[in-house]
Amino acid sequence: MHADPKGVLTGVHFLDGDHACCEGTLAAGARFAAGYPITPSTEVVERFAARIPTVGGVFIQMEDELAASIAIQGAVWGGAKAFTVTSGPGYSLMMEHIGLAAMTEAPCVFVNVQRGGPSTGLPTLPAQADMMQARWGSHGDYGIIALCPNSPQECFDLTIEGFNLAEEFRVPVMMMLDECVGHMTEKVVIPPADQIEVTPRRFTKKPPAEYRPYQPAADLVPDMVKAGDGYRFHITGLTHDERGYPSMNVETQDRLVRRLQDKLKPLADGRSLCETADLDDAEVVVVSYGITSRVAQRALQQARKQGIRAGKFRIISAWPFPAGRIRELAGRVKAFVVPELNMGQMVLEVERAAAGKANVISIPHAGGTVHNPDVILKAIVEAAR
Amino acid sequence: MNETTLEIPYEIPEDAHNPVEPFLRMERMPHIWCPGCGIGTTVNCFTRALLDSKANLDKVAIVSGIGCTGRVAGYARLDSFHTTHGRAIPFATGLKLANPELQVVVYSGDGDLFAIGGNHFIHAARRNMDIKVVCVNNMIYAMTGGQTAPTTPATSISSTAPYGVAEPTFNLAQLAEAAGASYVARWTTYHVKQLARSMQEVLNKKGFCFIEVLSPCPTLYQRRNKMGDGLDAMKYYKQASKVRNGAPTGECTLSKTGEIVVGKFVDRERPDYFELQRAQFVQTLGERYAEPEVSCCSEC
Repeated sequence: MHADPKGVLTGVHFLDGDHACCEGTLAAGARFAAGYPITPSTEVVERFAARIPTVGGVFIQMEDELAASIAIQGAVWGGAKAFTVTSGPGYSLMMEHIGLAAMTEAPCVFVNVQRGGPSTGLPTLPAQADMMQARWGSHGDYGIIALCPNSPQECFDLTIEGFNLAEEFRVPVMMMLDECVGHMTEKVVIPPADQIEVTPRRFTKKPPAEYRPYQPAADLVPDMVKAGDGYRFHITGLTHDERGYPSMNVETQDRLVRRLQDKLKPLADGRSLCETADLDDAEVVVVSYGITSRVAQRALQQARKQGIRAGKFRIISAWPFPAGRIRELAGRVKAFVVPELNMGQMVLEVERAAAGKANVISIPHAGGTVHNPDVILKAIVEAAR
Repeated sequence: MNETTLEIPYEIPEDAHNPVEPFLRMERMPHIWCPGCGIGTTVNCFTRALLDSKANLDKVAIVSGIGCTGRVAGYARLDSFHTTHGRAIPFATGLKLANPELQVVVYSGDGDLFAIGGNHFIHAARRNMDIKVVCVNNMIYAMTGGQTAPTTPATSISSTAPYGVAEPTFNLAQLAEAAGASYVARWTTYHVKQLARSMQEVLNKKGFCFIEVLSPCPTLYQRRNKMGDGLDAMKYYKQASKVRNGAPTGECTLSKTGEIVVGKFVDRERPDYFELQRAQFVQTLGERYAEPEVSCCSEC
């Protein structure tokens, strides 16, 4: 279906990534946001707070991130498309409810504008050090989707995609911005509402007597209901059976936890999002994401000028990790160079997928600023030798 | 069944053992609560309140946190949400804001609502969020084995205070009033009629309403403190309770064996969150203000 024009600010704008992300939420149909102030992410909800009373929706500033991250789930079960926004320390607090959203299969979006950590770290400066936390931060086994925009335009486009994927797979989706992308101002084109595809909620067509809240459809994702429609359904964070009732046994646990991961398999490779260039003849491939992909661009250009066959692999959907794409490349390239604003996180996934068939070179950076492109170039040159 | 209930079009199955069965998920019985526990009694009162308030049960949602009382949501045949520890109130806040036609009831325990969830409680009361909070206070963390709660009376023995609790206890009624609740009452599971009436009152009252119910925990509080069984607790509630409607909440602190002040302490009119928010938007935005339409429709 098309976007509701009420939320779509069609036109050509000059926006920073945080504001563009906010416009993405509105275009995607989000009419509920709960937040708690934290640098460098607050601009997303500041704009939402300014915009939403004239669009028709709710913003509430909650007492902490625990509250914000569960208020959105109350709203989801009330029928809303909902999201929250935070950065490192707040993201840590939200882990409890990322797990709840995964377990109860509540479609919602968590925007994390990453800053330097650990702990309070570097509130105003960039990092990409929450990538593993995004995947594994809550306890137990589950799956999530994480997207990494590298420009304000993508903050808009991918936020819509994030909401759509959340509805399709009924998972929490992580928008993994970084401080640079969040605060970078560029041209953002917002198309007319009828050119924006929005995924509707998978509401059941079954009557209450036949409906089972966690009976999976063919794609392993169950259909949904909302409170107040007469279904009298039960939702719990406990291990539950298809009726949604707690069930403390090994078989139910196995079936549920397996399905929570398996339902995301189509995204791992076939539908993974990435941007590639110059891979056909590449001997060295730079794997990067977010702001680091824009720094790597210069290194790639200079490497080509020097006659090195360097290719680009930009990860857009970081989770599920596009392991198959990397595996396929590993069979025909010499090396992967992986710069990231952390001490080496996604590089572990690249190593796992490459499985020893190509060298994997990590270019870590503790955050606070971006890489010097020369450091990446040097690594490409050495890898090509 | 009395006449009031007969007017209401709820089907009571012929083989029902109890008129509250239509309100419960009988397929989930037996419940997990211990003999002598008072939670079931409060649920009985709640179903009575639902009956008497003639609520449309399709529009009543119940939200629980974690713990013994946290299991209430799972047994109520309503839209029901068993959330995370301490976070029932912010979940309920989101649910109510997204779907204001719902009557949202939070049903949870003292440890859940006032230790891990204490911050959420005071802020929902401050906002006068239109939700109803029932706190079953058994003075202990029962589900996890009888650890000290913020409500455990001083000198009581708990599994984490084997030599006796030294900390002062929370006076929940005073806390609720100070934070801004529109309605504050306390009863015990001995006061079933009064409790059901209070529950019915809050189902018909706007704003943040709080009912505390003292409830026996023979297994994990009374046993360690040599306070007998469920029946002994009832005798204590009967003998020690003093009904003082309108009592200053500051005078209602509970102790291990002392007087229990019960009654309706606060019943006041304050604009609720929706009214305040709307008035502010209308004043500042005028005709540009759009009424919230948060929920995506079932047909879309």
